[in-house]
Amino acid sequence: MSLNEEVELLRSIPLFANIEPSKLKLLAFTSERLAFQEGQSLFHQGDMGDAAYLVVDGTADVVIEGPDGGKLTVAQIGRNAFVGEIAILCDVPRTATITATTNLDTLRISKELFFRLVNEFPTMAVEIMRELARRQEQSNLQLTEANRRLRELESAGA
Amino acid sequence: MEKTIFGYVWRFSRRQQIILTLMSAASLPFLYLFYEVPKTIINQAIQGRHVEYPLNLADKLTVSVLGVDIPLLGPFDLIIGQISYLYILCGVFLLLVGVNQGFKYLINVYKGLTGERMLRRLRFELYARVLRFPLPTFRKMSQGEIIPMITAEVEPLGGFIGDAYSLPAFQGGYLVTILTFLFLQDWRMAAAAVSLYPLQLWLIPKLQRKVNQLGKERVRRVRRLSDKIGETVQGVQEVHAHDTAGFVLTDFSNQLFWIYGVRERIYRQKFVIKFLNNSIQQLGPFCFYSIGGYFVINGALEIGTLVAAIAAHKDLAAPWKDLLAYYQMQADATIKYDTVVSQFGPAGMRGPDYQLTEPADLGPLTGELTASNLTLINDQEVPVVDGVSLRLPLDRRYAIVGAGGSGKDEMTLLLARLLDPSNGNINLGGGDAALLPEAVTGRRIAHVGAAAFVFAGTIADNLFLGLKHRPLRSAEYDGAAAKHRAVYVDEARRSGNIDHDPDADWIDYAAAGVEDPIALRQAGLAALTRIGMGEEIYQFGLRGIIDPHARPDLAAAILRARAGLRRHMAADPALLVLVEGFDVAAYNLNASVGENLMFGNPVGDAFDVEHLAEHPYVLDVLTQVGLTEQFLSVGYQVASTMVELFADLPPDHELFQQFSFISADELPDIQALLQRSDRANLAALPDEYRAQLMSLPFKIIPARHRLGLVDVQLQSKILEGRRYFAANLPDELRDAVEFFDMEKYNASANIQDNILFGKVAYGQAHAVDRTGALISEVIRELDLNEVVSEVGLNFAVGIAGSRLSAAQRQKLALGRALVKRPDVLILSEATTSLDSATQARIMASLLAEFEGRCLIWSVQRASMAVGFDEVLVMRQGRLMDRGAYAELSQNNEHVKELLASE
Repeated sequence: MSLNEEVELLRSIPLFANIEPSKLKLLAFTSERLAFQEGQSLFHQGDMGDAAYLVVDGTADVVIEGPDGGKLTVAQIGRNAFVGEIAILCDVPRTATITATTNLDTLRISKELFFRLVNEFPTMAVEIMRELARRQEQSNLQLTEANRRLRELESAGA
Repeated sequence: MEKTIFGYVWRFSRRQQIILTLMSAASLPFLYLFYEVPKTIINQAIQGRHVEYPLNLADKLTVSVLGVDIPLLGPFDLIIGQISYLYILCGVFLLLVGVNQGFKYLINVYKGLTGERMLRRLRFELYARVLRFPLPTFRKMSQGEIIPMITAEVEPLGGFIGDAYSLPAFQGGYLVTILTFLFLQDWRMAAAAVSLYPLQLWLIPKLQRKVNQLGKERVRRVRRLSDKIGETVQGVQEVHAHDTAGFVLTDFSNQLFWIYGVRERIYRQKFVIKFLNNSIQQLGPFCFYSIGGYFVINGALEIGTLVAAIAAHKDLAAPWKDLLAYYQMQADATIKYDTVVSQFGPAGMRGPDYQLTEPADLGPLTGELTASNLTLINDQEVPVVDGVSLRLPLDRRYAIVGAGGSGKDEMTLLLARLLDPSNGNINLGGGDAALLPEAVTGRRIAHVGAAAFVFAGTIADNLFLGLKHRPLRSAEYDGAAAKHRAVYVDEARRSGNIDHDPDADWIDYAAAGVEDPIALRQAGLAALTRIGMGEEIYQFGLRGIIDPHARPDLAAAILRARAGLRRHMAADPALLVLVEGFDVAAYNLNASVGENLMFGNPVGDAFDVEHLAEHPYVLDVLTQVGLTEQFLSVGYQVASTMVELFADLPPDHELFQQFSFISADELPDIQALLQRSDRANLAALPDEYRAQLMSLPFKIIPARHRLGLVDVQLQSKILEGRRYFAANLPDELRDAVEFFDMEKYNASANIQDNILFGKVAYGQAHAVDRTGALISEVIRELDLNEVVSEVGLNFAVGIAGSRLSAAQRQKLALGRALVKRPDVLILSEATTSLDSATQARIMASLLAEFEGRCLIWSVQRASMAVGFDEVLVMRQGRLMDRGAYAELSQNNEHVKELLASE
């Protein structure tokens, strides 16, 4: 697969949707194409994050380990999924383990590279800010909704 | 050393100086004849004055030397005509030319050799003294000062030494001879000719003294300058870190200004001397003309006498001038000698016997080490170690604990005999340690400090340094080599140098407890493994390069590992994707286009990967397989992609260096080029632009760059190029490339790449780590760990070990101490660069190794003393307490304090 296809994939990610194609091409070119074999993990819960991954092909499980050691598969991801982006935006440990369930083809965007590009191109920063704000808004909405339901439940219980 | 240079020269080259003087004296008559013969030729042979032809050669062929006629033919009669006479005289003249030049040649060479040998002796002596300086000297004297003293400052002495005695003897003798002759002829005239000499003899030394003082100051200032440069080189990191370049430069400029000032005064003084000298010299004729002329006119003096006096004065001028020049030269040499030699005799310097004597008994140290009233006073008159008395049986392990400034580190230096105590003494194995030569202390005791030095060379060189005391097995020489060795020894002795053979085998295998080099390397590896450096050495080995002709066994083993790796990969598809092996018939997507075309490693610069596109043979290959136009077109596409990707970035951006095919400087050029041309019309481009575009495709690694430009059709064309490249490679380029060959060890690649025989695939998760693990597994299976590690011993450590980390340097220093199996191992903060887990491991390993032997360890933290047989507590230079750790940690308040403060 060539750069241009990777650019198309990147464009389908909301975080990058509004960024100029030439910048995405630079991002793709300077990123590493990384293949994982079935059973290999992209990263482990609790690791410090150093990169985000765009799934180009294949599927993987998102697994969360509870404090008691129990493992819970919370999601399955496939082509076009973008994972680990929280880690490149802020310094938090990985919140889940991602393990390939088939042979998995990814584009690895390192934190360092990502920030260098954001530093260089402020428009990119603005686009990302917008996307994050949108997510925040969405979270707020979900929270309000959840609170409302909680109150409903409480009043129903009472 | 001798106080003056004359004393030194006389002591060591008396014979040569006498021979030189005699040679000069012997040359004198011939020189005289050389000036006389032309006169005879003109007066007698050509003009025929005072001669009647035919003549008897025996009567006529005489030459007047200082008024005495010397017959050249002896008692034989030979009657000849004028023409024959002329030719004979011309023949004599020619002969004299040869004789005189021959003398000059001999004297100059002899002089040069004498000077050089003396210079060699002097330098050797100075260097040997540096080795015997007491350590504290180096706090006051930097290498920046020592280096120019031994190298540049003494250099001019070599030239002077040849002249030291012969020139004044010869020219002085010449002068005295002429003067005597003159006095015998007419004492008044002679007195007139030398009348001004007393003035010169009085005035010139007076002036010269000032110049001498300036000369000394100049030497000191230049020394300081060199010290400054050395300091800057060492501390350059601080200069950058604190932006002090301006300050440092200003300081340097200031130093240069002072040197200039001294130089200026020297020049003025020196040329004043010359001015006065020449003027006085010219006063002679002035007096003769004026005063003598007056007397001649008045009839008080005969004109003949005056003319003779003027001529005599002129004759005297040459040797007199030479003597004065010599006077200045010797003044200069004396200063150089004084200023250097005065620095090389610091107080407390050990005698020459201390280092190079081989003691009769070198048996192991046994019994105990005792110190009584051991005191060390530093240069601020503070007692750092204060009246310590102790007995240490040599079969126990001691930890010295104490706070910083407790004197524990100085204590270790004293015990290792690296520092001399100001007071008190050490008794070792039954004898006064102060009398023990370094041969005993340096072999039976090992000391490792915090800043252990690693010398440039390989790890093995450093590891086995402590086993090289004397040449033990001389190298075998025959024919020319033996002759060369004999000359070497002879020359070394003539200049009082050491005549050991640097190429002999110096390693004391017995001291390491082994018999031969192979066992020694194993012992060295074992020592490094014990202190936790085994894995690092193994990794160095993997990246090491070997000469397959010198080590065919090793090359064969590596080839087996190569095959083993292939087997592993073939057995497991998950491994297969990790490495793309080299296959002469297949295109390698993880290698660059250039590597694919060449299918080998460049050896030397001819096929340098960066400049492949400039090589005429490479271009020829492309043309032959019809790739030129395609490369141009691919180059064009690469260029346009790069412009598209990188044009918006500032030119100094890191991404340029890391990713771009085009450097930031080239980008504007390429941009302009792209605007000017279109893809269809590339052939018409000027050569330089074509070259620029042509160079780009060579760098593409398809699996990494994913530009989609190297399609299957291009790949097969490149394979065709690969075949052509190999088949038609001109003979003179055969050595410039080493082709990949599954059956052959590639001498230009390291061991790891030889095992790999391919490229680690791009884009496979953890490919590098997994491949490394796989290689390790193969090596383990074939039991090659040790041979690979052995190659690691040849890793070049760089200047002062700069290619090693601080921790690795410290481990190497520890290994060096262990290899020589000392009776007493003394450590002083020798593990400070290591992390605490490694420290603990090394300590446990050393404690086990030295059970029943003597280990003295000045530990950084009191708690580290727990595993030792006995603990010595030091405080403010005094030995405060000693005993078992368990007891001291409970009962000794100071130890409790130390433990609490950790």
